Amino acid sequence: MSTHDDGSGAHLRVRRYSGSARINHWIVAISFVLLLLSGLSLFHPSLFWLSTMFGGGATVRWLHPWIGVVLVIAFLGLFLRFFAQNLPERTDWIWLARIRYVLKGNDEYLPEIGKYNAGQKFVFWSQSVLVAVLFITGLGLWEPGLAYVEGLFGFKATITQLRMAALIHAGAAVLAITIWIVHVYAAIWVRGTISAMTRGFVTGGWGWRHHRKWLRKEVGEGEVERPRVTPAE
Amino acid sequence: MFPAIPNPTTEKSAARFGDKDLMRRSASTVTPPAKRQTEVAKLIDVSKCIGCKACQTACLEWNQLKEEVGVNVGVYDNPHDLTPNSWTLMRYTEYENPESGNLEWLIRKDGCMHCEDPGCLKACPSPGAIVQYSNGIVDFVKENCIGCGYCVKGCPFNIPRISRADHKAYKCTLCSDRVAVGQGPACQKACPTQAIVFGTKDEMKTWAAKRIADLKSRGFDKAGLYDPPGVQGTHVMYVLHHADTPQLYAGLPENPRISPIVEAWKGVGKYAGLALIGLTAAAGVIHHLLQGPNRVTPEDEENAEKLAEGGKS
Ligand code: HEM
Ligand code: SF4
Ligand code: SF4
Repeated sequence: MSTHDDGSGAHLRVRRYSGSARINHWIVAISFVLLLLSGLSLFHPSLFWLSTMFGGGATVRWLHPWIGVVLVIAFLGLFLRFFAQNLPERTDWIWLARIRYVLKGNDEYLPEIGKYNAGQKFVFWSQSVLVAVLFITGLGLWEPGLAYVEGLFGFKATITQLRMAALIHAGAAVLAITIWIVHVYAAIWVRGTISAMTRGFVTGGWGWRHHRKWLRKEVGEGEVERPRVTPAE
Repeated sequence: MFPAIPNPTTEKSAARFGDKDLMRRSASTVTPPAKRQTEVAKLIDVSKCIGCKACQTACLEWNQLKEEVGVNVGVYDNPHDLTPNSWTLMRYTEYENPESGNLEWLIRKDGCMHCEDPGCLKACPSPGAIVQYSNGIVDFVKENCIGCGYCVKGCPFNIPRISRADHKAYKCTLCSDRVAVGQGPACQKACPTQAIVFGTKDEMKTWAAKRIADLKSRGFDKAGLYDPPGVQGTHVMYVLHHADTPQLYAGLPENPRISPIVEAWKGVGKYAGLALIGLTAAAGVIHHLLQGPNRVTPEDEENAEKLAEGGKS
């Protein structure tokens, strides 16, 4: 890994995420991956072997929904933290119109971006909707959870609703996994991004290249750290 | 009288069907046996049923099940619905026939229909939790069941029930254990009026035809056999006096079939989903190979430094 790949070394360091935001994100990330693996094990027979990682299908049956509950609570935390910075703005449309420069990595042809670009905002909002959909439809597939909610609100779900819940849950899961792949890929492709989630920092150059408007704001507020002279301290 | 099935010998005999006769196995691909066994069927003649519930009791007894003592809410149905222990249930409907002015007591023995195209099996995600033998019996295999309840969503007849005690799915087995040694189901054996008979599917159809002719001669000109084509026929069939309106019999579906929602969920949906996930991952790999990483350049770092200098002063 070159020194450009992480937030340490001789470069300017800019704080991107607080410790609590990172812990929150990691809870979401880990529960999402566990949900993805356990869910896919029931999705198609060719993937049933994934259930052995959880101790068998019967464990998946009860564990998956409970991890879902963890995900929903943690995701709500991320949502409240980040939604204000994910509101759409004019530059998002310009960014989208120039998507081919984005894909080519020609950031110099893109407008100056705030904390999040339109792609990141898309991931944020689509996952917000999909997690909500997955939760509601997941409840429909979860016998004890459904019985509880039915008792709470005094209704009885019809068989058609439950079948729709299964279809929509599977469909929303596919979309969420697809968007998750895009999200993870973007973090890998745009070198220097991962450290934002591991250590909370990115380099100044990363900010300059990808989120210049945000960098200017951070600089203006004095939120940047000078490179450390001695690497060992 | 339909000829009674003779009692078995006391000698041990090999099971007449087993794993080699599987036509379908949930979440698995099986090669169906080259030669199909003779299809069996149970025929329930609703017009002959007196509602004594001997069959219900015989089912509990043979399968060593116990139903909880329930509450009387003023109807004959007891328990009020199928349960993980009650695999069959008499459903009572009082019907005032507008043509004859008669009050008819329609009593239908509810339970698994052993569909030729079983929705439960189609929906089940656990390999081997539901199997279909070439004689038509659809059976749940407890050891492989994970209790997810997908079969409940798949079944067009609302039959499987999930036990809260052991989280397994239960339903009528068509007494596969008794049929395997040449016996009829316990309910059939217990029925005092031969409202339930058991034999090959062809025998049952022939017998039903006789019964229907008899009913027609008594003025039930809509009498007929319930062997719904939407699920490619069933291995539990009804003789109904009002075969044109099966819903009269406690909501027996008129044209049952695997729900299109379930078909979409378990059919194209799966392949479209896996394809989308796979293609997205592949697109990522290809993009990276063609494009290479998007790296921060030394100039970017310098520009940031300069910005910071400016901002600081
Ligand atoms: C948000 C809360 C969630 C709840 C309450 C929930 C609940 C459920 C339930 C009850 C099932 C049926 C199997 C079982 O009983 O375990 C299921 C299946 C599934 N879940 Fe979830 N889930 C949630 C989130 C997710 C997420 C985030 C994903 C994907 C990343 C996901 C992917 C799947 C998949 C692929 C299936 C299998 C669908 C099929 O068989 O076609 N779930 N879920
Ligand atoms: S509950 Fe039904 S669908 Fe689920 S594994 Fe058991 S038999 Fe199969
Ligand atoms: S009636 Fe329901 S449980 Fe019985 S075989 Fe048909 S689909 Fe399966």
